[in-house]
Amino acid sequence: MSLTNDYIKQRLTEKFGESISQVEESFGCLSFAAPKDLNLKVMQFLYDDEELQFRFLTDLTAVHYPNRTGEELAVVYHLHNFKERVRLRFKVYTSIEDTRVFTATRLYESANWMERETYDFFGVNFVGHPNLKRILNVDEMTYFPMRKEFPLEDQTRTDKDDEMFGRGGHIGI
Amino acid sequence: MSEQQHIILPEGSIERQTQTLNLGPTHPATHGVFQNILEIDGERIVSSESTVGYIHRAFEKIAERRPYYQITPLTDRLNYCSSPINNMGWHLTVEKLLGIQTPKRVDYLRVIIMELARITDHLICNGVVGVDSGAFSGFLYLMKYRELAYEIYEEICGSRLTTNIGRVGGFERNFTPAAFEKIERFLKEYPEALKEFETLMNRNRIFMERTQGVGPISAERAMNYGFTGPNLRAAGVDYDVRVAQPYSSYEDFDFTIPVGTTGDCYDRFLVRNAEMWESLSIIRQAMDKLKDLPSDVYHADVPAYYLPEKSAVYTKMEALIYHFKIIMGESDILPGELYFPVEGGNGELGFYLISDGGRSPYRLHFRRPCFIYYQAYAELIKGAMLSDAVICMSSLNLIAGELDA
Repeated sequence: MSLTNDYIKQRLTEKFGESISQVEESFGCLSFAAPKDLNLKVMQFLYDDEELQFRFLTDLTAVHYPNRTGEELAVVYHLHNFKERVRLRFKVYTSIEDTRVFTATRLYESANWMERETYDFFGVNFVGHPNLKRILNVDEMTYFPMRKEFPLEDQTRTDKDDEMFGRGGHIGI
Repeated sequence: MSEQQHIILPEGSIERQTQTLNLGPTHPATHGVFQNILEIDGERIVSSESTVGYIHRAFEKIAERRPYYQITPLTDRLNYCSSPINNMGWHLTVEKLLGIQTPKRVDYLRVIIMELARITDHLICNGVVGVDSGAFSGFLYLMKYRELAYEIYEEICGSRLTTNIGRVGGFERNFTPAAFEKIERFLKEYPEALKEFETLMNRNRIFMERTQGVGPISAERAMNYGFTGPNLRAAGVDYDVRVAQPYSSYEDFDFTIPVGTTGDCYDRFLVRNAEMWESLSIIRQAMDKLKDLPSDVYHADVPAYYLPEKSAVYTKMEALIYHFKIIMGESDILPGELYFPVEGGNGELGFYLISDGGRSPYRLHFRRPCFIYYQAYAELIKGAMLSDAVICMSSLNLIAGELDA
């Protein structure tokens, strides 16, 4: 394997300098973050470069970090180089008030539904997306359910009337 | 062309030459809850739009409140035609996060189960392609052997469709001699049936006419659309996670990756058939390798993550403590972030896991292969006949459970 993580890191810092941040390697996969207005430039560079050739978008999703003020949402791209069999993870942070991020649909057709899914669950507004509407949830939904402010039901709660759920209480027909 | 423009003309307008046809969500020809709104001109499809999400169950959200071992049953319900692969993929992800090394025997047992699952997945898919083109008999021949495979799962873990097979660190119990007998029986009987199936279909003139050139895709477009698995290989790209990033000791096995050329339904069919032969050969190799290994090893020695035996819990203090810690989700989980792919029945099934050290994942995302490649469907069937659209859908091996997560 000739394409090493160090070399990718070096090429990225040569091209984008200080913009590339949070460079780390976890479980052998290079991971870095870039400012959100550079996301397409970074991906285009990784796509076009003759040595890097990251031409497969494996996965696109988002993560919500409610405690990181100003960068609550992270859009995560997983890119893959088929020739060298190298993967990398690339993140773009955006604030929750202004969730605009450029769409990757011009580069990858597969980003279309993945971005719709990310919009559906996290409310990331992909600028330039041809058809940005909800995909798995109902169209009438007004909130973004995968955000952390919507906890699942607390399993220790006691205020629920068990009788209504067929557990315990009086059994009558 | 990124998004297909849906042609909308007012009702009763004189230019209106096309009709809208709602195929699905519960049409018998779609084999699952898929809705396709087709704009058809006679019997030709002018454009189409797919609606997904009918059985969305919010697994990613549910996983954020569950301890790691309770997420396995959620993965069952993704691609339910090959749920053991999903289970193993999840266990392997957690093991990688925790740095657990599994013994070779566990790896080989897992390989056997995963390849069996791949065979059951492919035989359903190829059988259904036959059904949709009017050949019911192939499907009926093969269905019997899925039953045999399910009996093997049943012998190992007690369940058949949603298997929840294995645990983090290995298997919940050792394979019984009966399980090995059943695997041997499968290995002996299935090749004959598969051969018969191939004789019936592969060079069948009617079948070839119905599938060749239907729903083709070039390698470039397939990669751009995020195709993986047999569908990508049918288009001529030899990408297979088992070879590219071997897991569970796949590097010890000798097998080839079948590829096609045109990426049409016929090539997808042939690639899946060829993969079944490869899977059979892998299972055979694994069975041979198992003979040289101690027969009582079926899990890694990780007491903090692997549930102790019940009899030990009642008699040994240590086992009781670990049992309690695991059940209550008190075992130490390291913080970390990883993406772990396995070769699922219909493509690269990935688990993107972020752990913050808590008892359940901070975030878990499933990369579901079908969800990603289904968006190419509109392009594949554009200009095709309505009946071709049905074959095209089944040959893509779309599984509603995986599509909607």
